[in-house]
Amino acid sequence: MGLYILRRIGMGCVMLVALSMLVFALLRLAPGDPVDAYIDPSAPMSPAELAATRARLGLDQPIPVQYLAWMKQVLAGDLGYSLQRNHEPVARLIAERVGPTLLLMGSGLLVAIVIGVSAGILAGVNRGRVIDVGLSLPAFVGISSPAFLTALVGLFVFSVNLGWAPSGGMRTPGLAPTTGDLLRHLALPALLLSIGHAALIMRYMRASLIEVLNQDYVRTARSKGVRERWVIVKHAVRNALLPVVTLIGSTLGAAVGGAIFIESVFNWPGMGLMLINAVENRDYPVIMASTLVVGACVLAANILTDLAYAVVDPRIKIA
Amino acid sequence: MSGRPPLLEIEGLRTVFTVRGTEIAPVNGIDLAIGAGETVALVGESGSGKSVTALSVLGLLPRVARIAAGSVRLHGEGGAIDLARLDPEALRTIRGSRIGMVFQEPMTSLNPVLTIGDQITEPLLVHGLATRAEARERAIAMLDSVGIPDPARRLASYPHELSGGMRQRAMIAMALVCRPGLLIADEPTTALDVTVQAQIVELMTGLQESLRMGILFVTHNLGVVADMAHRVAIMYAGRIVEEGPVAEVFTAPRHPYTRGLLASVPRPGEALRLRRAGQKLAAIPGQVPSLMALPTGCAFAGRCPLAVDRCRTEAPGPTVPSPARSVRCHRWDAAA
Repeated sequence: MGLYILRRIGMGCVMLVALSMLVFALLRLAPGDPVDAYIDPSAPMSPAELAATRARLGLDQPIPVQYLAWMKQVLAGDLGYSLQRNHEPVARLIAERVGPTLLLMGSGLLVAIVIGVSAGILAGVNRGRVIDVGLSLPAFVGISSPAFLTALVGLFVFSVNLGWAPSGGMRTPGLAPTTGDLLRHLALPALLLSIGHAALIMRYMRASLIEVLNQDYVRTARSKGVRERWVIVKHAVRNALLPVVTLIGSTLGAAVGGAIFIESVFNWPGMGLMLINAVENRDYPVIMASTLVVGACVLAANILTDLAYAVVDPRIKIA
Repeated sequence: MSGRPPLLEIEGLRTVFTVRGTEIAPVNGIDLAIGAGETVALVGESGSGKSVTALSVLGLLPRVARIAAGSVRLHGEGGAIDLARLDPEALRTIRGSRIGMVFQEPMTSLNPVLTIGDQITEPLLVHGLATRAEARERAIAMLDSVGIPDPARRLASYPHELSGGMRQRAMIAMALVCRPGLLIADEPTTALDVTVQAQIVELMTGLQESLRMGILFVTHNLGVVADMAHRVAIMYAGRIVEEGPVAEVFTAPRHPYTRGLLASVPRPGEALRLRRAGQKLAAIPGQVPSLMALPTGCAFAGRCPLAVDRCRTEAPGPTVPSPARSVRCHRWDAAA
């Protein structure tokens, strides 16, 4: 078990290095120049001054050299300084923002799992009945709606029209930070973030449960006189969860994309918002570090998924 | 029923499936009685309705099926109750406690994510017959009596950690842990190796003697029937065509279908002898009629060597050729 986790972490590190190379190369191939942001519109710089700025930032070196220089610093624990944002250390920028992002993504995922799994069970048990159709139709809408659309429509309906939730930010300015205030700000973006995933999880859970309910061991449980409720909860649901656990693990990466949209729509002070700003300004150190952190989170989540799988299914031995 | 007190009496049982708006009857009016401590084998080909009969008794039919007519009376201390008319909750309290069931596939009939111990103690716990600690003790004793070595340790095992034969033993332990008066075994040996089959048959016979329970043994294996059943009922296209004590039915079959079945069982060396003589193994010509299009007369008439015009127009009722036997054939006394 311990060895397995170590091996997975090792593989994860290799993948992170590969990811960083890819992102580094792609960034340099993309149009745009970080030096543009240094140009004061009221006082044009001469080509010599531009070159000097470039040299000062190390941007005149060949790309592999730049990459190795960056990597050497990262390994020494230094994520560098933002090219914008008053040259703040990237590590501090990320440390400030990773918490809100994890909070938003984690609660979104939790809501998605709770809603998706329970709706899937309800629909699967009542297959073909009104309740199944009533749950499946909104699920199809949820799967088909892109994150930016649900975010904007949700913002419009619940915040602007109904006024049930604040329209953005994480805290009410000028108020002492309280958990209640945080939850009020968190509820709407987390819910909207969860819609697509909840719908997907529900469809999987429904299909999986319908298949499991036809299995011989479910009939065996009934033949023992187990109450129907317990047949479903104890004998069927745990087996039906196996493919859903895989699904949740493999969609975590995609969840990051959705979170970035939600953060920018709701002005949530997380990594997503920072990443969008950084990409717009070609703030290479921030982009690179954010990518690494997000990648590391996804890899960690995948390892946790595998461990969860082994907990749910005793036939899987992790060694 | 040879003088035993009655345990289960099935009368006029008709179970129908609704398939795309059409009703078919895999079980079409059968009578069958099992005495206390008696083993009755229900024999037939795939699709003859033997498994549906077994599932009807316990009310474990799929959604599309229902019992359309007949009664299934279970006798006990408080008199007889009709399982066919019982509400689902009352039927649930009987399942597992007074009637145990063993299924064909030990590989798929045990829940893969629950331990053996959890699954064997479950009937005792859901019927409120034991505390957790007592249930554990009884599960260990039951596993021991079905011949599973080191039973206390086995409680923590998962089904995939057991061999096929051991899993079927665990299934039997699970079905019998509440000491039911009746065990329904739906082809319990079919999925097992021949040597393991013999062990399971021996185990069930032994348990029957020590627990004095009735067994409804559903099978298509005539060898197993001869080994363990007291009486045998032969099913064809939803009806019991012949019934009686095993020794009598096997030595002097009255129904042409029973004769055909018995003749289809190869004896040792027979296949080789027949091939050398340029002959084929005996088989019943033709096929089982579709339940969607059953003939008006006897369902077997189309394949029967003895069929006459009357067989094709009039379904034969039960006849009693000798005490304790019954046959549904117009020509039961015709020479084979």
